[in-house]
Amino acid sequence: MSLVEIKDLTVHYPIRSGFWNRITDSVKAVDGISFNIEAGETYGLVGESGSGKSTTGKSVVGLEKVTSGSIMYKGKDITKKANRKSLDYNHDVQMIFQDSLSSLNPRKRIEDIIAEPLRNFEHLDKNEEKLRVLQLLDIVGLDADALYKYPHQFSGGQRQRIGVARAVATNPKLIIADEPVSALDLSVQAQVLNFMKKIQREFGISYLFISHDLGVVRHMCNNIAIMNNGRLVEIGTKDDIYNHPMHIYTKRLLAAIPETNVNNRAEHRAKRLKVEEIYREQKDKYYDKDGLAYPLVQITPTHSVALPEDLVDQLKHEGEVQA
Amino acid sequence: MWKTILRRILIMIPEVIILSILVFLLAKAMPGDPFTGSINPKADPAQLHHLMKINGLYDPWYQQYWNWVVHLFHGNLGNSYQYQEPVTRLIGSRAVNTLWLALFTTVLTYCFALPMGMYAAKHEGKLPDSIIRVYTYVTFCIPFFVILVIGVWIFGYVLGWFPTTGSISSTANPGLPSIGSRFYHILLPGVLGALFGTVNVVQYLRSEVIDAKRSDYVRTARSKGVPEKDIYRHHIFRNSLLPIAAFAGYSITGLLNGSLFTETVFSYPGMGLLFINSISYRDYTVITALVLIYGILNLLGTLLSDIILSIVDPRIRIQ
Repeated sequence: MSLVEIKDLTVHYPIRSGFWNRITDSVKAVDGISFNIEAGETYGLVGESGSGKSTTGKSVVGLEKVTSGSIMYKGKDITKKANRKSLDYNHDVQMIFQDSLSSLNPRKRIEDIIAEPLRNFEHLDKNEEKLRVLQLLDIVGLDADALYKYPHQFSGGQRQRIGVARAVATNPKLIIADEPVSALDLSVQAQVLNFMKKIQREFGISYLFISHDLGVVRHMCNNIAIMNNGRLVEIGTKDDIYNHPMHIYTKRLLAAIPETNVNNRAEHRAKRLKVEEIYREQKDKYYDKDGLAYPLVQITPTHSVALPEDLVDQLKHEGEVQA
Repeated sequence: MWKTILRRILIMIPEVIILSILVFLLAKAMPGDPFTGSINPKADPAQLHHLMKINGLYDPWYQQYWNWVVHLFHGNLGNSYQYQEPVTRLIGSRAVNTLWLALFTTVLTYCFALPMGMYAAKHEGKLPDSIIRVYTYVTFCIPFFVILVIGVWIFGYVLGWFPTTGSISSTANPGLPSIGSRFYHILLPGVLGALFGTVNVVQYLRSEVIDAKRSDYVRTARSKGVPEKDIYRHHIFRNSLLPIAAFAGYSITGLLNGSLFTETVFSYPGMGLLFINSISYRDYTVITALVLIYGILNLLGTLLSDIILSIVDPRIRIQ
């Protein structure tokens, strides 16, 4: 059984307008998505900004009011507040945020920031609590003198590591990492990601890793879901997505990964332009008449793509010809 | 912490010096001299000159300023022309009255305004929020002296519940009854001042809380599983108090010198009433002393605000 099962999740925000401020329409931030997160794995959720991936993440933590659908954890639907409470859900599921500065209370010391989740769920005495906070700081490679400092006295990378320590404090089963490194420069990104991997190995934590950076996702994730306009366009293993992309949106995202080899620059550019051309020509084929993705169709046991059946067959055929 | 406060106090010294020079020069710029009116008009002008000379009024201004400052440090601000008693004693007796009234009003204002602001922000856009907002707008729109006059008329004159003049009953015995009588006299002006002075605090707190409610660190706290009431108590309220705290120092000193209306309407013998009277009687020594005191009070107000701020916000302390 999976750790968390997300089924037909939708989150709509009402649009109010007119004189009486009635609800006239809704923004479909998340529009019926389903996927499962297995214990101990890192699940990547990828998409452009505004595709609804952060909203999905927030729904899984319980920060977002879900319009319909269910998120099952230990056999209970945690979209309901009472179930979250009875399960001590936020003891098991924590979140790391993108902006490490604004997401830490500027007027609290690091000791209090990290200890707060412990105070919510575990009743430790002062010394035990301090020891635990020190352990956590040690795990993310920070000194004991960090205890009495405030968030603004740290660098971005250190702060994000504090965010990680805070999320790990309650020994959670799942951590939602909402673009945890996209505000950091590359060397610090690697540092934070490696701490996250180390913690995963030691504590067997699952991650829902939300990112728009396919390079980082490849480094971190076992399974990947690609999101576009509130719907999933493709899900599969790392190999499925990176080596056998089916949907044009996935192909475009992959083509946008910067190539480090300068000698192949022209070649890479040609490839990118080709993908772009196919996208322009065949856009209508890949999306329904409202410009949204089709329902997912399973191709292999691990790989699904949001395309009509006939197009899937056609693409499969083309793939075989190429191979 | 102490370093911050100490440095802040050191900064105040030049401020006070500049303030005192300004006040002194303004006093010097006033027309007339202290003797012409107080001695026989038939007196010899030479004698007047002699008086001016031995009192140092022909000295250069910096020397006169120095003498004035030395007197100041001896607690000597001269005599009031109107009351014929030392200014320090005159102001001292009034200041106590004003202080009690100001303190009472301030404490009461925060008692009303903080819960209202919190409650309005917590239920943003709902009915309680609208009611509180309309209430603050209405109280803001009505001029304060109108409220005072109506208050005196209804509660003091028509209903007769509260005294309408003075700071203490002339028949009150010393000890506990006199304290009770004092409190009885400041009750009505204090409550009126508090009820109709909430708008700043309520609106500041409301907008700050609404901001904080949507801030990232509150989202973090929710994701940590902090119970809702603790989120409000530990994360939102403390951070939202910042502008209120910044305001508190000013509002306390502001009430000290801004009680002109209240003291005039209630004939309450405080500094405000004294100031008004001194101006109408051209009681220069009192005016100069009061302006100096008001100036220093304002400086103390900013000092107080900064100290409160540095307690609330760790980021502005000097390490």
